[in-house]
Amino acid sequence: MTTEELKAFEDEIYAYVGREVCPPTPAKDDVNVAMIRQWAEIIGDTNPAYTDADWAANSARGHTIAPPAMMYVWGQEGFAVTTGRAPDAQSDLVSLFNEHGYTGVLGTNVKQEYFKEVSPGDNVVMEMTIDNISERKTTGRGPGYFFETLATFSNQHGEKIGTQRFKVLKFIPQEQPAAVASEETLQVPTRIPSPRGHDNKWWWEACDAGKVLIQRCKSCQTLRHPPRPMCGKCQSMEWDSIESTLEGEILSHTQLHHPKIPGYQYPLVCAVIKLSEGTNFVANIVGCEPSDIHIGMKVKGAVEQVDEKTMLPQFYPA
Amino acid sequence: MSDYKTLTCADVSIGDKLPPLDIDITTGLVVCGALATRDFEPVHHSKAAAVATGLPDVFMNILTSQGLMTRYATDWSGPEAVVKSVDLRLGAPNVPGMVMTMTGEVTAIDTGSGTVDITVVGENNIWGMHMQGSVQLALPQGA
Ligand SMILES: [Zn+2]
Repeated sequence: MTTEELKAFEDEIYAYVGREVCPPTPAKDDVNVAMIRQWAEIIGDTNPAYTDADWAANSARGHTIAPPAMMYVWGQEGFAVTTGRAPDAQSDLVSLFNEHGYTGVLGTNVKQEYFKEVSPGDNVVMEMTIDNISERKTTGRGPGYFFETLATFSNQHGEKIGTQRFKVLKFIPQEQPAAVASEETLQVPTRIPSPRGHDNKWWWEACDAGKVLIQRCKSCQTLRHPPRPMCGKCQSMEWDSIESTLEGEILSHTQLHHPKIPGYQYPLVCAVIKLSEGTNFVANIVGCEPSDIHIGMKVKGAVEQVDEKTMLPQFYPA
Repeated sequence: MSDYKTLTCADVSIGDKLPPLDIDITTGLVVCGALATRDFEPVHHSKAAAVATGLPDVFMNILTSQGLMTRYATDWSGPEAVVKSVDLRLGAPNVPGMVMTMTGEVTAIDTGSGTVDITVVGENNIWGMHMQGSVQLALPQGA
């Protein structure tokens, strides 16, 4: 796309800012007990403010309310969407993006603010506009634009009850999404496997067999870990190994909180351990509360199966 | 009538953790959640439609995720709390067979207005972060 073409395209999309997606439209059904009960049952929400009229009568509100997260539900079009939606400014904008290669779509953020609660008998009126469109951004998914719709909700008295901002990324997909076979079952992931190369494969194979080995220089007997081809002290490439007793003490430690990586067990503490043989070793500390772990703590390791595919040394308080 | 407690600002400190909650993502929850929120987009009830978009199965709609997030907040606060806002960033889809673990923490307290902000993360055991964001609650004034 030339600079002129890009400018023409952007002029076209930015003309949508401020356009109405839907005029103020009263919900087909008033807020009602049946839809609230169904929502509460399925979401598993036992909040008596929604479904217990006796409790609510004696509460500060004096009556039941609709779950605030249902605000957008009342105005939903219904089953007709299974066969398509009537065109509006938003679908026109989406088509414009699609025609220019921005076929990817990703809802990225949704924010609802609530100003006033509603109760059975109220009616929720919704209107929506295209509020803003970002400049062209480079994203992890590909180049694209974020657009944000703003829905405003009122009750039957014209009082504003809340807003919803929904941000969508329209992008040029950088790679075809991997086809997922429908019969493929979801597998709980295992830990990220260790890369096994020429210089460390032997170490991991011993670990698979339940042993932690420490490399030893054949010339000067210096121990080294992690495995590498040459002795740092005498530059000899000749080596053998000894088996560690897995006794040691903690030199430093850290706890991984966020983001949680699927396949790992939490709490997840990583420590640098000084083994009694003298080399340092990085491993997880298990079998105690993270708050009990301290520098200088004596630990004892064991090679254990931590998931379906992985044998790893883990260390416990000694 | 059951006795329900509601927290006040005096009961809450920054850094307080909400008890974790595991949600089994079942076909029933995905499909019925879509129905309860009147979201009839085929990807939430038709496996064929979901597979056509590259996913292995039907996936949870946003309105159900929002519902679970507010439920998680008010399960902790008690029923007299008023939800003021729910702000969430969307991550990986929730697909049947997964388990989503929700965790939360109090990050701000405004005793003047009686509001508390909690951050909430919902992570599933296969693909990781499903949603992450914050809920603001107005708590009743202490007695
Ligand atoms: Zn040497």
